[in-house]
Amino acid sequence: MKLIYEKSQAGRRASAVPRHDELPRPGVPEELRRSQPPRLPEVPEFELVRHFTELSTRNFGVDTGFYPLGSCTMKYNPRINERLAALPGFARLHPLQEEDGAQGALELMWRLQEILAEVTGLDAVSLQPAAGSQGELTGLLLVRAYFAARGEAEQRRKVVIPDTAHGTNPASVTMAGYELTPVRTDARGNIDVDDLRGKVDEHTAALMLTNPSTLGLFDENIEEIEQIFHGAGALMYYDGANLNAVCGISRPGDMGFDIVHINLHKTFSQPHGGGGPGGGPVAVRGILEPFLPVPAIVRRDEGGFGLDFDRPQTIGKVRGFAGPFGVFVRSYAYIRMWGPRLREMSEAAVLNANYVLARLKGAYDLPFDRLCTHEFVLSAKTLKREHGCTALDVAKRLMDYGFHPPTIYFPLIVPEALMVEPTETEAKETLDAFCDAMLAIAREAAEEPELLKEAPHHRPVRRLDEVRAVKRPVVKYGFGEHPVTKGEAKAVVTEAPQGV
Amino acid sequence: MTHPFLALTESDREEMLRTIGVASVGELFRDVPEGVRFGRELDLEPALSEQEVYAHVAELAARNADASRELSFLGAGMYDHYVPAVVDAILQRGELLTAYTPYQPEMSQGVLQAIFEYQTAICELTGMDVSNASGYDGTSVAADACYIAKHATGRGKVVVTEATNPQVRQVVKTYAAGFGLETVEVPHRDGVTDPDEVERAAAGAAAVIFQQPNFFGCLEPAPELVARAADAGALPVAHVDLLSLGVLEAPARYGAAIALGEGQPAGNFPSFGGPHYGFLAAREEFIRRMPGRIVGETLDTEGERGYVLTLQTREQHIRREKATSNITTNQTLLALGGLVYLTWLGPQGLRELGETCLSLAAHAKQRLEERAGLEPVFADQPTFKEFAVRVGRNAREVVAAARERGVHPGYALGRDYEGMDDVLLVAVTERRTPEEIDRLADVLAEVAR
Repeated sequence: MKLIYEKSQAGRRASAVPRHDELPRPGVPEELRRSQPPRLPEVPEFELVRHFTELSTRNFGVDTGFYPLGSCTMKYNPRINERLAALPGFARLHPLQEEDGAQGALELMWRLQEILAEVTGLDAVSLQPAAGSQGELTGLLLVRAYFAARGEAEQRRKVVIPDTAHGTNPASVTMAGYELTPVRTDARGNIDVDDLRGKVDEHTAALMLTNPSTLGLFDENIEEIEQIFHGAGALMYYDGANLNAVCGISRPGDMGFDIVHINLHKTFSQPHGGGGPGGGPVAVRGILEPFLPVPAIVRRDEGGFGLDFDRPQTIGKVRGFAGPFGVFVRSYAYIRMWGPRLREMSEAAVLNANYVLARLKGAYDLPFDRLCTHEFVLSAKTLKREHGCTALDVAKRLMDYGFHPPTIYFPLIVPEALMVEPTETEAKETLDAFCDAMLAIAREAAEEPELLKEAPHHRPVRRLDEVRAVKRPVVKYGFGEHPVTKGEAKAVVTEAPQGV
Repeated sequence: MTHPFLALTESDREEMLRTIGVASVGELFRDVPEGVRFGRELDLEPALSEQEVYAHVAELAARNADASRELSFLGAGMYDHYVPAVVDAILQRGELLTAYTPYQPEMSQGVLQAIFEYQTAICELTGMDVSNASGYDGTSVAADACYIAKHATGRGKVVVTEATNPQVRQVVKTYAAGFGLETVEVPHRDGVTDPDEVERAAAGAAAVIFQQPNFFGCLEPAPELVARAADAGALPVAHVDLLSLGVLEAPARYGAAIALGEGQPAGNFPSFGGPHYGFLAAREEFIRRMPGRIVGETLDTEGERGYVLTLQTREQHIRREKATSNITTNQTLLALGGLVYLTWLGPQGLRELGETCLSLAAHAKQRLEERAGLEPVFADQPTFKEFAVRVGRNAREVVAAARERGVHPGYALGRDYEGMDDVLLVAVTERRTPEEIDRLADVLAEVAR
């Protein structure tokens, strides 16, 4: 398919911009004036619509089909949320509008904060972070500020992270200026408490934990872990990536966590948008509230809602204004359509995952044979050893059956990992069709492995040469000097985490 | 009653529980220790139907004074530019809206090609060699640039001009604390930055961040600022308005190392602050230090062109604590809105839009002087679409009084700058008309001074 730039013809255009030729136009000083026009596409409006519509047909979303991408919670995104976020009273509202002209927006945010505090079991919420990873960084900066206020900033330099953690956790630790202390996973898939004991002391600032973990397992020793950290004077951070498993069932605050980030685009249905936007609000215990980003959204004693910038101990701002408001509209509407029934959402997510697990565990390796939560991790290591078919091959073959593959090669401690998260919104028929495909693929691996190794067969492109893309990076269109776009290639696809 | 977003029937549940080998859904949670189980119902208001939630949330929306209900000259970083219907139409395609990051390229050629086209548009506008797939917003990308600069130069401080958006400065400061970077601000002189002061501050700095046009709407002597920063060995970082780049020079052409900014004016609604996209582009030498997703072109096994996420060894899922950033979910959908918008504009439209903003803003400056007797604060400086005027009394009071007359006249600069309590920052986009500008002038004539 052609690029939009390859469809461009000089002299065409889609826009009509208001002109005011009757008004004088001030000049721009010559040294600041544009010297060469940017080569943006020149196409009529209909060509534009056709181009992007064609691109959409070469893409796959939850609306297209089953998308069990583990750790990403690819659930149905209700359309009403789009209609609400597009209301002019929200979409055209300026973030610097005076408080009295933004009461509806501020009330919505305040209400969402209250809801998230209840769901997480914590005291105060900042909606500001733009995504989970920014929530993590915010949380760690809160940890820093807390210990700085106690005069322990120099002493507490270490953050403990299990080896199953998302890559964002260690990356955030470095960005926050902390040192990483890794901790192992035990034979049941819990944090190895014996390993942990030797690693937590007066130099520890915090634990970062996803619970249930990226293995889809609830840590059975969470109470003991809480005693170890709080006993050493450290704080506990909860990565809310897997909150969809436990709404109304177990709250991070009740587990002992002091800081939680929530991925609104996972649990609370903001559409993932091909890679964002997200939302990463942070909920904290009262002792950490003074350090939250500004502005805080508050209910005024005299009535109404407002933005409070007067927080002398704040860590500052991590993002513009008060956060990605359109995401809040969608998540607020979504939660209001569940109310206390959020528990049923999590129960159905866990039931669906356990059902798929039960149907697949005979055909694939199961590294930790327990009931799972909302997701589980299989391994294709026997398939690889006996038939030379990898997790990547299984993933590519699933595409031929019309499914988006699960997350693969993650978590890192499971070789040939396949991480499956069906979510609560899928019907049993869909789950069965997926299980049938996975079982068929396991048989194909034994009987006709080429079917896997050459997959996918029916997508707009075949396997792509990733090594070529890295060795000779072509990261923009080159117009007259664009490199050859057809030629000899072989698929060199990296067996690296895909989907987290 | 089953919930509209759930699909399982009672008999499905029974059959599934049998397959799993447990008696009840409750038993699925047996690994959750008794002590941390939540013993009550969530204290949330009862579930609403779609119709009810619409009525409730629409009522909240109706309580806001948005730009369809108030004649607005409010800018200061977010702007009321027109968003064409094609943007909404494309962004609501479910295949794009409900997909995630294109980890599996064979399933995601649509989003991958769109990001490649977006990267091309950003590189064309800024003159840079490489753009990422987007950052969170115009503030966080500035912090990202500091991380690039810290590692590229090994230096321990960053310089930000005081005429840079205050929110950008605040976010840079927050992140810099984690990065172990000191931040230094260079004051403005009569609305613009003095190159000599930049040069002095840039000694030993990893980066110098400035904004063009700056927060006051004034055009900075950008080539000179860049040259002085570079002379001191600091990376010059230009925070720019995409919609100015039809009439203003591309930052790479005057020597900036990194160009970045807030994408909202180009294709996103203000939406009370987000979600929007931040763009970040750099010269080729920084390609392996870039944060976030980058899409590259390659070939498939049949020799056909295709697109993949590339240079991933920079990223957190591979490099973990040594990654160039922790970013995962970015703002792809909003960046796609930017691409659709820039395609809609085309090069001609972009230039015309810039010219219209220049004309209308200059006209507004003149009318405020003629009809309301208000003088521009930085009369000697050329501006683009925004300018500061002195209103003779507290600007927040002027805003309140003007709003009672249905006009939001702009941003009270005293909210961020000492000594500017009587200064109003007025933004004029292509959506404003000469008649509306006269109305602003008349209202200000009544309420100012």
